[in-house]
Amino acid sequence: MAELRLARRSSFLPLTGLMCVVLLVFVSVASASRDVVSENNETWRDPAGETRGDSHHKTNSTAHKKAFPVLSFNYDHVQKPFEISLWILLALLMKLGFHIIPGVQNIVPESCLLIGVGLLVGGIIKAIGGEAPVLNTKLFFLYLLPPIILDAGYFLPIRPFTENMGTILVFAVVGTLWNTFFIGGMIYAVCRLEGGQLASVDPLSCLLFGSIVSAVDPVAVLAVFEEIHINELLHILVFGESLLNDAVTVVLYHLFEEFTHEGTVTVVDAVLGVVCFFVVSLGGILVGAIYGILGAFTSRFTSHTRVIEPLFVFLYSYMAYLSAEVFHLSGIMWLIACGVVMRPYVEANVSHKSYTTIKYFLKMWSSVSETLIFIFLGVSTVAGPHAWNWTFVIVTVVLCLVSRVLGVIGLTYIINKFRIVKLTKKDQFIVAYGGLRGAIAFSLGFLLTNSEMKNMFLTAIITVIFFTVIVQGMTIRPLVELLAVKKKKESKRSINEEIHTQQFLDHLLTGIEDICGHYGHHHWKDKLNRFNKAYVKKWLIAGGRSTEPQLISFYNKMEMKQAMMLVESGSAAKLPTIVSSVSMQNIQPRGPTRQRAIPSISKSREQEIRKILRANLQKTRQRASFLQQTRPDDRPV
Amino acid sequence: MGASQTRTEHKYQDLADKTGFSLEQIENLHKRFQQLSDNDNTISREHLDSIPSLANNPIRKQIIEAFFDKRNQHQNEVGSYEEIGFEQFLMVMSHFCPPSLTTTEEEKEAMRKEKLRFLFNMHDTDNDGTITLVEYRKVVEELLSKSGDIEQETVKAIADAAMLEVASTNVPHMAPDEFYEGITFEHFQQILKGLEMETRMHIRFLDVDTPTLRCGNSTS
Repeated sequence: MAELRLARRSSFLPLTGLMCVVLLVFVSVASASRDVVSENNETWRDPAGETRGDSHHKTNSTAHKKAFPVLSFNYDHVQKPFEISLWILLALLMKLGFHIIPGVQNIVPESCLLIGVGLLVGGIIKAIGGEAPVLNTKLFFLYLLPPIILDAGYFLPIRPFTENMGTILVFAVVGTLWNTFFIGGMIYAVCRLEGGQLASVDPLSCLLFGSIVSAVDPVAVLAVFEEIHINELLHILVFGESLLNDAVTVVLYHLFEEFTHEGTVTVVDAVLGVVCFFVVSLGGILVGAIYGILGAFTSRFTSHTRVIEPLFVFLYSYMAYLSAEVFHLSGIMWLIACGVVMRPYVEANVSHKSYTTIKYFLKMWSSVSETLIFIFLGVSTVAGPHAWNWTFVIVTVVLCLVSRVLGVIGLTYIINKFRIVKLTKKDQFIVAYGGLRGAIAFSLGFLLTNSEMKNMFLTAIITVIFFTVIVQGMTIRPLVELLAVKKKKESKRSINEEIHTQQFLDHLLTGIEDICGHYGHHHWKDKLNRFNKAYVKKWLIAGGRSTEPQLISFYNKMEMKQAMMLVESGSAAKLPTIVSSVSMQNIQPRGPTRQRAIPSISKSREQEIRKILRANLQKTRQRASFLQQTRPDDRPV
Repeated sequence: MGASQTRTEHKYQDLADKTGFSLEQIENLHKRFQQLSDNDNTISREHLDSIPSLANNPIRKQIIEAFFDKRNQHQNEVGSYEEIGFEQFLMVMSHFCPPSLTTTEEEKEAMRKEKLRFLFNMHDTDNDGTITLVEYRKVVEELLSKSGDIEQETVKAIADAAMLEVASTNVPHMAPDEFYEGITFEHFQQILKGLEMETRMHIRFLDVDTPTLRCGNSTS
């Protein structure tokens, strides 16, 4: 019976999806080729074939007297929101479908499936003859990209990021520059050699093309890497590179675009380009940080209006992004800086519920955006004007691969001289293989104004994107298994880990560095922490939390989590496995008094924990005897 | 001139083989040693205490103690020195060497064990082979010592929770009247197992001489 239900359900969803597709297609066809509809009396041919009985009869029977329309059909009114919602719904249903159908997940990454769906939908629309919505640049850069970047930036693991900052920067800046010039130069050479249709391509256009196609894309990297769970170091290397190279891409793109209009390049222009790069990157980080501080400062005063707290986080970050776009600067860097700076202070200020809300909203939006991007990519591929040139496309794809591999090997050789923990060959391979291109390249290509080359470039870009996402995305998982690359360790942050690695080890290494006498990584980190504690936290964190040392706040968080876990599990049968039969009695030296596990914490914290525990602890009170020690009722008020 | 130079290099070569440093690194560390000891041959606790940048470190005492701890010299002695020479200084520093590209898996395991042993020795002050609850509480107290007024209750609670965790992961089923003596070295290794200490517990040792080394004890 269960199998029957499951079988029915799994065949139900694609059916729903198909129905949605059909409905959507007809809707878009109808909207693409309809006449003006007068308000009430005209009958509208419903796509499924049935005509609206009422109004039809009315119009047929009464030529002069306008009867009161019981049911009218007015689609223009809601067309836009309706279509948007339908698209989003379709995308999410597809996503749902992939997760329900067993086995598909392990072979094909989600991004490929979504592109496939996009292709299918695009194909259907084109076959019908309607006009498919294209991934236009405004939609992409203003609405679809920011949630993903904000999600990535807000939850960026700071420690590995700062520890590997040098490596990431080298890969992002030097690597992208190398890719751009290598690809641009070689393409130009090939075009010259090939002649024919390609002879008219000038060097600046090639360089422009190179700059578009050489940047590693954060959306694609996130989509693929999230499913393969490789170790933290590699993940942050590739991902950090994809985020930071946006600054370089933006500068190069604008630079070359200006140059193609001018026609000539002077030394002054080149120097200005370099200056522009510094302005974009450093200025970006600075201004993004200012937005972040503003956001943190605002959150200090929200203790009475908890409900709107998450909105501040979103709005400040989005404003940062939009401000950057006003100046044609790198919105991604601004957004990341804002999120990273804001996070520790906001988290200390907002309530637990707001924290959960922020987390889930960000994840939700970024998930929807990602899905939509890939589907639209598929649709736009079918819809867009194409100019297929075998040589150009093949050469581009090959060059992308070659330049990536060469770049990574060359740069690692230099980087390893400065790194303490060197990058092995396996690491290098994954970094090189993980350089995926994605929708950003496509959108930038779309912005090109030089139409004669535009179609050819676009076709090549799309091919590169498809190749990297589909071929590399699909094969990276078996390759990771084959090469036995270290996977992400299952992190259960325990208090022992916190004490020994974060706190103790940090101080120990700082001390040893001081004894050695040189100012290394740890020394500066320690200085920054102390500055943070002494000055910044006072301004940005409300109330007593501002002086709380990290160990204590970590401990409180852990206690809260354990309390929530207890409450959610409900019955003693499902108590978490952390609870073994070891209890406080076993570790105390002899003493009649039983110690409590909850420390004396601030009043508001106590209220929160107390509320949570009291609300649901009635059931578990009788069963779990060890709870005697943690019941809040015992404590003297 | 030539003879004494070869003699020094020979002496350093010995140390280099024992500790794993390169000759340049030993040179630099020797210069630093001279600075710290006021050009004497040995360093005492007061010398290390007087480093100004160390003053803000909450676990300063333990770090200094670790240099004078005989257990860290890998010679199976116990107790502590009053003063240490350059060789002992180097031995302690060698615990912070990073693994290189050529280190094999076994060597990495051995390195990890050595580093964990160093950490363990820092906590186990009475050298009975276990970290008892009292010792653990001391650790937490020291860690929080620079962060303003911390109540004893909090310190005790954190230490208790940590101890409970170690006990539950290592000896999950204890009867209510059994007593968990303390964290042994095996248990210590167990709880910090997944962290790959050999890639975390290291600092950069300079191969080249930098100007900051010249400034003496007045650097802050």
